[in-house]
Amino acid sequence: MSDSLKMIISAIVYIIAAPLAGGLLAGIDRKITARMQGRQGPPLLQPFYDIKKLISKETVVVNKFEMVYLVTFLVFIILTGCLFFSGCDLLLIFFSLTTANIFLILSATSGNSPYAHMGAQREMMQMLAYEPMVLLTAVGFYLSTGSFKVNEIAKSTAPLPILFLPGVFVGFCFILTIKLRKHPFDLSTSHHAHQEMVKGITTEFSGQMFAIFEIAHWYETVFLMAFMGLFFINGKPHSVIIALIAIAVTYFVEILVDNTNARLKWQQMFRNSWIVTMVIGTVNVFLIDVIVKGVL
Amino acid sequence: MANVKKSPWMMHYDGSSCNGCDIEVLACLTPLYDVERFGVINTGNPKHADILLITGSVNTQNEPVVKQIYEQMCNPKVVVAIGICACNGGVFKDCYNIKGGIDTTIPVDIYVPGCAARPEAIIDGVAKAVELLQKKSDALKEGKADEA
Repeated sequence: MSDSLKMIISAIVYIIAAPLAGGLLAGIDRKITARMQGRQGPPLLQPFYDIKKLISKETVVVNKFEMVYLVTFLVFIILTGCLFFSGCDLLLIFFSLTTANIFLILSATSGNSPYAHMGAQREMMQMLAYEPMVLLTAVGFYLSTGSFKVNEIAKSTAPLPILFLPGVFVGFCFILTIKLRKHPFDLSTSHHAHQEMVKGITTEFSGQMFAIFEIAHWYETVFLMAFMGLFFINGKPHSVIIALIAIAVTYFVEILVDNTNARLKWQQMFRNSWIVTMVIGTVNVFLIDVIVKGVL
Repeated sequence: MANVKKSPWMMHYDGSSCNGCDIEVLACLTPLYDVERFGVINTGNPKHADILLITGSVNTQNEPVVKQIYEQMCNPKVVVAIGICACNGGVFKDCYNIKGGIDTTIPVDIYVPGCAARPEAIIDGVAKAVELLQKKSDALKEGKADEA
């Protein structure tokens, strides 16, 4: 009884706290990016000002289904995080994340903009590039801790999952760049290279719609960062501190990669992410299987 | 209540010009001037933009482009004409294909003179545009409140 209560409370905390944390992370990102480029950069709370403005702006909806799909995208992203923080099954969590992305693609293609269509097609290629690694990560957690459930992984008495899964961790960091929409894999939103295809998948989202997209991205960032932390967590209390440090370092490295890399073509993204998945991820998972069976 | 002032996103279009003002607009984004410290983002999407910066004059070929960009922008929006060509046609004024300044095609709110307009002048123009944007936003809000 108390377990289900705990689940509900952590889900509610996620719903309220994640946009605040996500917006702050986005602010830190922009500040650090500016400093890396030798600029002063915007105020830390700039992402919140942006959202406030976007909500007050006029919203042009080309096709009413655009809005329906976009809100469904947000709902599924929130559901993904809720499932994660309430300790559910990793496979279910990733299934929910994929479903959310499909609604985003539907939303972009329901308008008539060729740029949004191009963005949606690239988003599909991105999904194709990162999905194998995502599944492999779930399998890796199962093999090293004996469970797919987040709360059991977090409470396991085994050593930190990272010790079993260094290859899977590197592979997941690789696809994290795609998920966070950062260079060199910032293909579908065209965040920095807007000259190429306007704004890609977000071209048709104006005013409140773009605000919804941004907030969904914040929720997603918080979920992904927390998932990175899962590599460094076991039953011991001090592992939480290790996880927080690991999250901070990973996020900083992502920003560094974002600022030091040119954008790649989708073919290169696809090839590289599958090579990383196949070589580092699969070998790692295979080796754990051998080791775990050998030990038992 | 909403503070449009703190997050003005701008879009830049270069009409018929020598590209001098064009380069000066982009100079505003460099570390020396860094307009992002005021929350300005240079976006390429008219649907996300609040301020339209136009350099260069209007000719018969880019007239529909300028009109379409303006129409695609969501309210509230402000148009800033940068450089003398955008203000009234400048040295190109009497050319056979030039219509004149931007105001011959779309309503212009702020005029920034100069050939080429200096980054300081452009930032000053953007700052004035931001004030106007806030006013327009407030007016829009009140208009909506009256309807309701």
